[in-house]
Amino acid sequence: MKAYSRYFPHLLIVLATLATLPITAQDWIHAGTNLGNERIRLAVADFKPVGDDPQTPALKAAFDATLFNDLANAGIFDLVSKSMAPPAMPGSPREIDLAQWSAEPANATMVAFGALSVTNGRLAVYGWLFDTHNTVNPQVLGKQYNEAASQDMARTVAHRFADEIILRLGGGINGIAETKIYFVSSRSGIKEIWAMDYDGQNQHQITHLGTISLSPRISPDNTRIAFASLGHDGWAIRMYSLELNRLVSFPAGTSKDLNQSPAWSGDGARIAFSSSRSGDPEIWVADASGANLRRLTNFAGPDVAPTWNPRTNAQLAWVSGRTGLPQIYTMDQDGSNVQRLTDGGYAISPSWSPNGQFLTFSWNRKYGPGAPGGQDIYVMDIASKRWLQLTHDAGSNDFPSWAPDGRHIVFERAINGRNQIWTMLADGTEQHQLTQTGNNYMPNWSWK
Amino acid sequence: MNRLNHIVTPLVLLAGLVAVAGCGTKTKQASREETAPGVVPAPTAQLTASPALVSANDQVQLSWRTTNANTVSIDDIGDVPSSGVKTVTPTASTTYHLVAKGYGGTAEATARVTVNGPPAVMVPNSTMSAEEEFKANVQDIFFDYDSYDIRGDAQATLSRDASYLVSHPEVKILIGGYCDERGSNEYNLALGQNRADATKNALVTAGVAANRIRTVSYGKEKPFCSESTEECWQQNRRGGFTPEQ
Repeated sequence: MKAYSRYFPHLLIVLATLATLPITAQDWIHAGTNLGNERIRLAVADFKPVGDDPQTPALKAAFDATLFNDLANAGIFDLVSKSMAPPAMPGSPREIDLAQWSAEPANATMVAFGALSVTNGRLAVYGWLFDTHNTVNPQVLGKQYNEAASQDMARTVAHRFADEIILRLGGGINGIAETKIYFVSSRSGIKEIWAMDYDGQNQHQITHLGTISLSPRISPDNTRIAFASLGHDGWAIRMYSLELNRLVSFPAGTSKDLNQSPAWSGDGARIAFSSSRSGDPEIWVADASGANLRRLTNFAGPDVAPTWNPRTNAQLAWVSGRTGLPQIYTMDQDGSNVQRLTDGGYAISPSWSPNGQFLTFSWNRKYGPGAPGGQDIYVMDIASKRWLQLTHDAGSNDFPSWAPDGRHIVFERAINGRNQIWTMLADGTEQHQLTQTGNNYMPNWSWK
Repeated sequence: MNRLNHIVTPLVLLAGLVAVAGCGTKTKQASREETAPGVVPAPTAQLTASPALVSANDQVQLSWRTTNANTVSIDDIGDVPSSGVKTVTPTASTTYHLVAKGYGGTAEATARVTVNGPPAVMVPNSTMSAEEEFKANVQDIFFDYDSYDIRGDAQATLSRDASYLVSHPEVKILIGGYCDERGSNEYNLALGQNRADATKNALVTAGVAANRIRTVSYGKEKPFCSESTEECWQQNRRGGFTPEQ
């Protein structure tokens, strides 16, 4: 009896840890990605239409839907559903009855409301964010917008207002409502580079090269897209200028070999990519202009898919097949201090989180002929190598890319030969399909 | 003038007699050529082929000996010296025919060569295009999953491919590296490049000049089939050859 009682405290600790394990997994993700373990209960009123301009109803519908969607997807709100909200459209602070919104069934802590009007081709929006429990000084935000009257601008104004609310209530991190996603689509007949709003709206074609293009990566200042493209002599890293609407030169990226998977450093100063010009695919780095080209890795086997630590710009993660099946590694920017992060299976496509703490990547932990494995999106804490599986039993998932708020991940999902782009929160919840037309691949979230 | 006539006319008559008489008596006549005074001896001819039984494109030695002949010729070869040796390479069974003509008449000899088996090299004919001939002679090789090692069966195929390419030095090739559908586009592009390079290195080691070979990776971008089965996946894990201008 004496021997057993000695170990009793240890046993208690183990049991306590086991009992809390499921909660612990979510906690460290929520803490690290600022998703927060508690969500703010927010109500969003339909905005009040002002005036009788015939454009108003359509633009108001677009505005209301976009604002609601942006806030519902932010990942930090418990949004009051339309059915629980009071049937009121307060158009100004004088018109709102806070008690309506803080009482059941809405039970809101915060409420967003305002008015929208169209006059002489101009769209005017007034928006407020009020704290329902502060009757003396409820105003948290008061904004006004004036833009050309169009569906596009109605959505844009809603995006801006949503971002203001997210920034104010979400711990100082910018919202993503005005960010873009760059991706590959084959719907024109061949794989070209496309772009869309973060919510799947406004999908449009960027390149018209008539040859296979892959791996688009937008620069941190939103001006250029680096990508890989199949030419006559092999694969080259090409550069597309969104300001000039044409290709611009990137001298380091052209050779007769295989050059692919470009990655911008967080300060936009350097581009890392995979090149086989030395006889075997290795990771190389150049300045964004193409100068100062140098090789970082020197191991037999494919080395591809680099991604920078965007907070320090002093580290990279990438995929290496040096031991057989591809695994994820990190190294310092000079190629030293190589560390292996995954312990087996088939691991590819890493993306480094904006705060420098996490990698998201695609992993098939049971890979091989006859093995039952599936390819899913994972998040790993780099310091501890603790990981969380985000997708389960839903197609084959690849190419995750972090949103700049560190709370969202966009990725590619293939089901029965159809590939589409999906978005989700960094804990794997709230998965939504963004594309429908044709086949779509390899999404890349903009930096701002 | 009269004296000559006395000599020539009988000779001509004799030559005519000999010509009509045929081949069988020739050797006898050769050994008795000095015995008939005033008679021009008839030509003799011998022809042998050695070896008489060969495979296609093997070399055969023809040798012949003639006497009393002014012109000697062999069918399909032309005029030859009165005695000689010539090397021929028949592609099919052939009977060689020699004719020796002289003042004393004409002599003939034959020798037969029998050729066994099909031709060693595919004879280009009008029903096979250049592309089909290439595809028949330079065959693709296949790889294990996640590997760019050249396996045993691939090694055998590459040996035959290299033989053809070495004996056709004007042919240039493009090697494409391909992967099956599993895994990422980026990793598979790199693996495809390694497969194409490994294939090229094997051919260069076997004697094909490196500047005749170009490599490109297609990763999983250009599959040969689309089923999610092991058979289709194997079909897609390949080093593929196409002719280049």
